[in-house]
This record gives sequence, C-alpha cells and structure tokens, in this order.
Amino acid sequence: MTALQQTTEVVDPVPGAGAPHLPGQPELVQLLTPEGERVEHPDYALDVSDDELRGLYRDLALVRRWDVEATALQRQGELGIWASLLGQEAAQVGAGRALAPDDMAFPTYREHGVAWTRGVDPLHVISLFRGVDQGGWDPVATHFNLYTVVIGAQTLHATGYAMGLQRDGAESATLAFLGDGATSQGEVNEAMIWAATFAAPVVFFCQNNQYAISVPIERQSRVPLYQRAAGFGFPGVRVDGNDVLAVLAVTRAALAAAREGSGPTFIEAFTYRMGAHTTSDDPTRYRLASELEEWKLRDPIARLKAHLSRAGIADADFFASVDAEGDELAARIRQGTVEMPDPAGTEIFDHVYAEQTPELARQREEFVAYHASFEGEGH
Amino acid sequence: MAETLTIGKALNLGLRKAMEDDAKVVLMGEDIGKLGGVFRITDGLQKDFGEARVVDTPLAEAGILGTAVGLAMRGYRPVCEIQFDGFVFPAYNQIVTQVAKIHARSKGRLQMPIVIRIPFGGGIGAVEHHSESPEAYFAHTAGLKVVAVSTPADAYWGIQQAIAAPDPIVFLEPKRRYWEKGAVDTDTAPGPLFGSRVVRGGDDVTVLAYGPMVKTALQAAEAAAEEGRSLEVIDLRTVSPLDLDPVFDSVRRTGRCVVVHEAPVTLGLGAEIAARVTETCFHSLEAPVLRVGGYDTPYPPSKLEEEYLPDLDRVLDAVDRSLGF
Repeated sequence: MTALQQTTEVVDPVPGAGAPHLPGQPELVQLLTPEGERVEHPDYALDVSDDELRGLYRDLALVRRWDVEATALQRQGELGIWASLLGQEAAQVGAGRALAPDDMAFPTYREHGVAWTRGVDPLHVISLFRGVDQGGWDPVATHFNLYTVVIGAQTLHATGYAMGLQRDGAESATLAFLGDGATSQGEVNEAMIWAATFAAPVVFFCQNNQYAISVPIERQSRVPLYQRAAGFGFPGVRVDGNDVLAVLAVTRAALAAAREGSGPTFIEAFTYRMGAHTTSDDPTRYRLASELEEWKLRDPIARLKAHLSRAGIADADFFASVDAEGDELAARIRQGTVEMPDPAGTEIFDHVYAEQTPELARQREEFVAYHASFEGEGH
Repeated sequence: MAETLTIGKALNLGLRKAMEDDAKVVLMGEDIGKLGGVFRITDGLQKDFGEARVVDTPLAEAGILGTAVGLAMRGYRPVCEIQFDGFVFPAYNQIVTQVAKIHARSKGRLQMPIVIRIPFGGGIGAVEHHSESPEAYFAHTAGLKVVAVSTPADAYWGIQQAIAAPDPIVFLEPKRRYWEKGAVDTDTAPGPLFGSRVVRGGDDVTVLAYGPMVKTALQAAEAAAEEGRSLEVIDLRTVSPLDLDPVFDSVRRTGRCVVVHEAPVTLGLGAEIAARVTETCFHSLEAPVLRVGGYDTPYPPSKLEEEYLPDLDRVLDAVDRSLGF
C-alpha cells in the first residue's frame, strides 16, 4: 500500500456521507438520544436534579428565542449583522453551565448561549452587532471575555490566562471556545502546544458545526478533530454537541481535571450550524437541504423536551411558561435594540490608551471643534 | 549611584530591578532562560527568579504574545522578548489585532501592560531577517506605543518605565549598540519615557534620530563642527507618541530639519515627522525637511549593508543639501 493510499483510507471523501459524521458511533459521548431517551455512558455519569433539567431546557429555549429575534432584527435593518447559533444551543449551554463562577470563558463571536449562562445581558451582545460598541459587556465581572473575531486568537488568551491561574495557585480553569475551521489556524495549534507543555488549566471546546462558512470539515482535517489532541499530548473526546446533558458531563469532567492540575482536554462537540454562517451568508450555495433535514431530527431542544415530557419532569404548563418567558425576552430585546442610543463620537478617542497621548487628545479636540462648527447651520 | 554600563547590561539590570519591584512581572521568550537570550540580555535572571517568572517558551512568537495577553488579563505584566526584529511578524496578528485593541474594546476594563522587546536595526553583518527596522508598522497601529533607546541610561530606566506603564509598548533595542558603554545614574531617571531630548545644541540644522542612529547623528554633528557648521541633534526616544515640541522649538530657530532612520524612507517615521514639522513650522522653514534612511529595498546582504544604512557621510550630505537650498 502506498503512503497516499494509507492517508486516504482514513478520510471520508464525501462530505457528510461517512460514519464519523453520525451520532451513535462508539466514540461519541451521548446521554440523551435524538429521540430523547436517557442513556448512560460508562465514563460520564451525570447527576442532575429535575430542577436543573428544567433549567437547562429553559436556557436552550430562551437562547434560541433570543437568536431568532436577533435574526429578525437584522432582517429589519436594526442590526448590521447577526451570527446565529441555531442548532448549537446545547453545545453552548452545556459548556456554559459546566463553568464554575471563577472559571473564565473565552468565546468566539457566536457563543451567545454561553454568554447567557454567564449572565451577560443579551442587549450587551446585541450592541456589538448593532454597531454601537466594539466590546459590549464587562469581561471581568462576567468571567466571559469579549468576543474574538480573529479566528482562533482567543485560544492563546485562554491559555495565557490559565498560566496566570497556575501562578496564582487558583483552583479555576479557562474554557476556550473555537470552531472546526479554527483548528487549522497556527495560533490554535500554538495554544495547544503551550497548554500541553505547561499543563495549563485550559479546556479547548471545539464546536464542530461541520462548516467554516462554506468550507466543510474535510478541508480542515484528515482525522476526526478530537483525535488531534493525542498529537499534542492530552486527551481528546468527541461528544454529541446536540445533547446538552452529555456536553455538560464531558465539560464538567474536563474542567475538573484542569482545576486539579491534570492539564488540558480537547472537547469536540459534534453539532451542526442549522442556520447561515451569518445573516450575510447563503448556505444554499454550498450544502444540500437534505443535510439540514437530517440534522433537524437531532434538534437539541426537541430531544430534551421529549425527555422531560416522557419522564414526567415537565408538563405542558411548564413549556407554556417558558414560551411566555421567551416572548417577554424577545419583546425586551426588540425594544432595547431599537431604543439603543448611538454612542457619542468622542468615545472613539477615550480608551485607545490607559494613558492618553497628547496627539490623540489634540485629535479629539479637533473632532469636537469640527462638529461644533456645524451648530446653528440647520443640520 | 553612577555606573558605567553597556546598553545590554543596563537592560539586564533594569529588567532585574523591575522584577524585584513587582512580582507580577514575567519575562517570556525564546532561549531567555538558561542561555540568557541570544544577546544575553536576560542573563542570570531565570537562575534568580525561577522558571515561572523567566519563561523559556516554545518556539512560536504568536504563542508568546497571545499567552501574554491572557497573563495580562489575569493581572501580570509580561515582558516578551522577540529574538530578532524579523521574527516579530508571526506575532504581528496578536500584536495588532489583539494587544493593541483590547483596552479600547473593553473601554478600559482590561489593560494590556505588555512590553515587547525587539533588538532592531542592522550593522551586525547578519543573515536576512536579523537587521530590520519595523517601527513604522507598530507606530501606525492605534493602541500601541513605541520607544527606541539609544543610551545605557535610557535602557536601564526606559525598560523599567515601560514595564510600569499601563499600555502595550514596543521597546526597540539598538542591537548593534548593545556593547557600547555609558554612564548610568541608578538613582535618578533621565526623564519621562515618552519624551524627546536635545542631546547636542546647535544653530544651523536640526537633526533628528532615534535608537542606533543617534550615535551616527552625533558623529555627523562632530564632523560638521570641524567645518564650522552647528548641528542640533535631538534623540526622539519615543516613536509613538512622538514628542515633537522640542523639535518645533529647534526648527523655528534653525529653519532646517533632517530626519535620520535605518528604516526605508517611504512611509517611514521621517515622512510623518516631515509632515508635522511642515504643518507647524511652515513659516520658519528655510528648506524642505529632508530624510535620510534605508532604501525601499529588502534589507541587503551584509556585504552591502554599509551602503544601505545611513552613515555620517549620508547625514552630512543631507545637511549640505538642506543648507544649500
């Protein structure tokens, strides 16, 4: 057998067609089947109360309601762009709820579900996409870093922060979010080298949603992503990203190991971006409708709802109350968005430096004087 | 206390003092531990402060800067050594898209007190990527500050001032001058970090330089004096923000200005300085502001670098052209 044949043997040449893409295979950690049946996994026991289960459902439903509202607001011209998390709610809520208060999360730009679990006001996230702010919330108070748009850059920040935790003797960890496309970035690979070398308390949480905008996972990796971790010298695990319970269990375990000094873990949350990359994207140009239909059967919210109903943990009144809460949230988001004031123009000068420079102070004065010169001219 | 130190040793002692003064100071870089850095600037520091504070990093510059961001978020003050100027570019993404912007994006909630030490400039007979002057890339980036030291005293005090400052600073070290000696008063700082300084008074032409070119400018002034021409030499010291008030004062007297740097002239610091001097001192100028710098070529093979780098004669040639205008 030639080297080329050996290499191609491990590859699925047809996007979306091979076994590695289907839940239910042995290496995929699952605690809740797509039909909502609770199953056990030998390595990942999960002890959750009924209250917690209802709470997870509420998280998932409200986050999706927020996301749907934000997409609508963009369509109506109220947001410049929106990066939808549709389909990835369980991956994000499961990961977010695994965090302890002092753990620090480092999101990409799509982690609205994690933001929710950290108590970030949805309107603060919206402010970024409306174009009134470049940050939006307090990353120190929320333990949720600002969104990072440069793909993968935040994985190094999470690793460095984890090195700081080590030096402080803090029993906390960081959770670095990334996507499947980001695994091709040099900086992500550097982050994993650093994390392994220094046994930094960082967990890499990769949402493999199958596409980097239009490019399928096969263009990023010749092996399942979670197997990459072995090359760096730490454990990798693939979890059903549409199973909030499995994600919670796997992430909790990885964070606990990190806090205890066992070093990093790479989690591949196997999921699917059911919407477009952003509101500017047109996924019909690069993927088949049948693929989306297939993934709708694995919807993360429907399966938890089925489980809660079947197990008698939640009734119709509960689901109706969550729906009503979602409508209230959506109304608050809508009103808060359209009423969101534009920032003062001088704001752009005020935080470039901690110690303002004379030149920038001068430019600020010029800016103010220039705009003042129009006053009384009927503008 | 006054000591005679090389620039390299002054940096070493300055780093040591900064680490003694603040336990949050962490040095990061390639070969900076046991080896003490390829220029020995961190010599002996890992032995005295341990591996957690003097970190021999993996060989990846983006990793150095990216993890420094995370450490800074956690309250540390990382001092990153980039081994040579030409190797800063793998870290360029982190410096420009992350380090420079995080304070603004977070409205000041996150400070980035990161110092990026870069031995810069040519004249050491090196292979490619070891002789570059990348300061304009960083000076062009909002959120960064850029300084270039030229003396042992500024090296000793400047590195401490940069580490104590709350903003990210690209700290340029004139590598070909690392071994040059000068007096250092370890009790009193020679002035603020972001200030230019008149280092030789004169009346005929104002010559501006920073980093390794300050010595060249002073040599030119010495030679000019023998011909009866009086050059005022200003060490800019800070490249961003520029401190040009002393320059304006000088040019208003001399009416003539020459800017010297090793970096290519097109869109280099000289271009910005010429524009500002012209805007501010237009009616005082007797000649256009002239620039002496590297050519707009890749840095040449070392056998040609003497032709490429500004030297005493090229500075004097520009002085002649200015006076003859």
